[in-house]
Amino acid sequence: MDGLVTKAGGWLALALLALVAAAVAVDAPFAVHMVIVALACLIALWATVSRADFDGIARGILKMPADQGVYDDDPIRWGVIATLFWGIAGMAAGLYIALQLAFPALNLEFEYTTFGRLRPLHTSAVIFAFGGNALIATSFYVVQRTCRARLAFPTLARFVFWGYQLFIVLAATGYLMGVTEAKEYAEPEWYVDLWLTIVWVAYLVVFAGTIVKRREPHIYVANWFYLSFIITIAMLHLVNNLSMPASIFGSKSYAAFAGVQDALTQWWYGHNAVGFFLTAGFLAMMYYFVPKQAERPVYSYRLSIIHFWSLIFLYIWAGPHHLHYTALPDWAQTLGMVFSVILWMPSWGGMINGLMTLNGAWDKIRTDPIIRMMVMALAFYGMSTFEGPMMSIKWVNSMSHYTDWTIGHVHSGALGWNGMITFACVYYLVPRLWGRPRLYSLRMVNWHFWLATVGIVFYAASMWVAGIMQGLMWREYGADGYLVYSFAESVAAMHPMYLIRATGGAMYLAGFLIMIANVWATLGGKVRAEKPMTETPYNAAADRPLVPVPAE
Amino acid sequence: MATKPAEKGFSHKKVERNVTLLGALALLTVAIGGIVEIAPLFWIDNTVEKVEGMRPYTPLELAGRNIYMREGCYTCHSQMIRPFRDEVERYGHYSLAAESMYDHPFQWGSKRTGPDLARVGGRYSDEWHKAHLIDPRSVVPESIMPPYAFLADRDLDTGDMANHLTALYRVGVPYTKADIAKANDDLAAQVDPAAGLDLQKRYPKAQVRDFDGDPDRLTEMDALIAYLQMLGTLVDVEKAAPQERPSETEVAQ
Repeated sequence: MDGLVTKAGGWLALALLALVAAAVAVDAPFAVHMVIVALACLIALWATVSRADFDGIARGILKMPADQGVYDDDPIRWGVIATLFWGIAGMAAGLYIALQLAFPALNLEFEYTTFGRLRPLHTSAVIFAFGGNALIATSFYVVQRTCRARLAFPTLARFVFWGYQLFIVLAATGYLMGVTEAKEYAEPEWYVDLWLTIVWVAYLVVFAGTIVKRREPHIYVANWFYLSFIITIAMLHLVNNLSMPASIFGSKSYAAFAGVQDALTQWWYGHNAVGFFLTAGFLAMMYYFVPKQAERPVYSYRLSIIHFWSLIFLYIWAGPHHLHYTALPDWAQTLGMVFSVILWMPSWGGMINGLMTLNGAWDKIRTDPIIRMMVMALAFYGMSTFEGPMMSIKWVNSMSHYTDWTIGHVHSGALGWNGMITFACVYYLVPRLWGRPRLYSLRMVNWHFWLATVGIVFYAASMWVAGIMQGLMWREYGADGYLVYSFAESVAAMHPMYLIRATGGAMYLAGFLIMIANVWATLGGKVRAEKPMTETPYNAAADRPLVPVPAE
Repeated sequence: MATKPAEKGFSHKKVERNVTLLGALALLTVAIGGIVEIAPLFWIDNTVEKVEGMRPYTPLELAGRNIYMREGCYTCHSQMIRPFRDEVERYGHYSLAAESMYDHPFQWGSKRTGPDLARVGGRYSDEWHKAHLIDPRSVVPESIMPPYAFLADRDLDTGDMANHLTALYRVGVPYTKADIAKANDDLAAQVDPAAGLDLQKRYPKAQVRDFDGDPDRLTEMDALIAYLQMLGTLVDVEKAAPQERPSETEVAQ
């Protein structure tokens, strides 16, 4: 009872504190955010004091099976739903801003719908909301299975899930209202950063706590990657977001570092958000789900040790390749370039370890669309981790930097690697988490696979052309010794490329919508009557020993 | 094949069985790169070569810069000219590290959907900027920039500007006590030629005039244009150029 009073009192106190902050706020967005925080606290208060069975309600809406007392899977089920929900939001925002670049009228003369405010919404929604929820959900799933232990601190695990959703809501509404630190992928303001820090520490406690209570002697390789991802993101987040608020009742803050130092700190953060959020974390997913789906052991244990340590050591150095030929000292640029090129090797170590896991099960690419997605994800991972080191060579970068080539590179990694591996993992998880015999339809997975793959090809190819065209047009000199093209001419030349890119994005989103329908039907317990993906013909008449026929 | 030697000394199995050891080693491994690359930038003196003319932003420029950040201009515009013939010809002298020494945060950008703005100051008239921000396609038909007409309709509301200057002072920007005390007055003074003299003494090269063609009001448009018109105008880059090499006095020492 005391625990209940303390918890309820705590939530009430937090709600009141947030309302006071809203009342004395010096700017409107901060007031809106504090009201959102107060509402979240009041919901938590209501959840604490009311005797309603929320798990029961959630089970009804999300059609979740009851806790079997085996593994603690409720937060994982919510995480899967959240991944899909934020995925729609993030990808739709991406398609919309892609169309804005082709048709600027879509900015709608309305401040909340301009490209500048929607672009951070898109990047954060797909990286942190879609990708982040996938990472949290799969890490909780994998750590329990590979440790043979239920989640440590179940209440804290639920706090991690809901706290992270509050972070997403605050960040996203902030972008629309123009609340931003204006540092790419680190846009949320100081108070949202503080909140994320609390949630992240809780995440580390739950994850490491579960490893501590494991019933297996070894920590499985997937958990090394998850752990290094959680620890490194904490380090990056804390250092890059150091800032001084203008008022503790206002949203605006000023970054602790300036100019050159701020630039390198930001890209040390930015590149390793890619390296640890989008690579180490997703490699952890690969290390569990690819062997599971292929029913084969991981190809090489030694390779996993070598590539784990070299990957996390080398990635952190690669940040300066975002600042080639800028006012960053040359030694730092060169160091960044050299390490970026070396980074190619451990990246491919991970790809090889994943692909070779299919040794002896290659036929499944033909019969199992989920394996096909995983293989395509690894192929795109390999492609973009070759493209990245190439683009970080200063000579290439002098042309590719500032152009759409970078955008294409990012998306072949994000759509191809992160998206595809997440889809495959969700397809693996949903029937198991909801206790269904199989997915509603494997043929729909196949449709999703092809729409996504062709969509990425459209996207990446158009951005290669666009980027190289921009790079060459900007530096084109005529025989008269003058620059040939004005900047506006290079903008006009992009129009067809932007249309093709939006087409690719639309196909990718269409595939994702098919996934939503498939998952929703699976949750409902439906199984589509469909022809299996492969049928080896069987001729009973021919299936008999050859009867010798004497010569006449 | 040689026989496998018996395991002795360090074995990775130890790391795999101890989450504290694994976590600590991982943190150590990822900390090294940042320490070696970033930390020296704070103590190697020639990272930011001193140049004549750099000064902190005036309150109005700062407010304009905050609008630039709020609207996500950095997602499409860079402020970093690289030392290439075509860039220098297109945008002006390549950017110097000192020119962003008071930028908390930096706004170098990573993408040029639109042109670089590091030296856009003084290149176009205030009227052009206003027309362009209200309807970009009225002056550049090929433009795909969003329209920002609402900036002209909205009064500049920054809250207490002294708080902003104080925050910047705390992170190392050399605002004086007078700058902070007069921060709110300076906002209005910069659009009023009668009141701007004191401002120009404290902020050399500050441009004092009504920027948005509406002298009765201080709008967000005033602030943003004031910021755009000062970009790249503070440092006399021709004077700064010899500093790329160690000067003779430095060599003599």
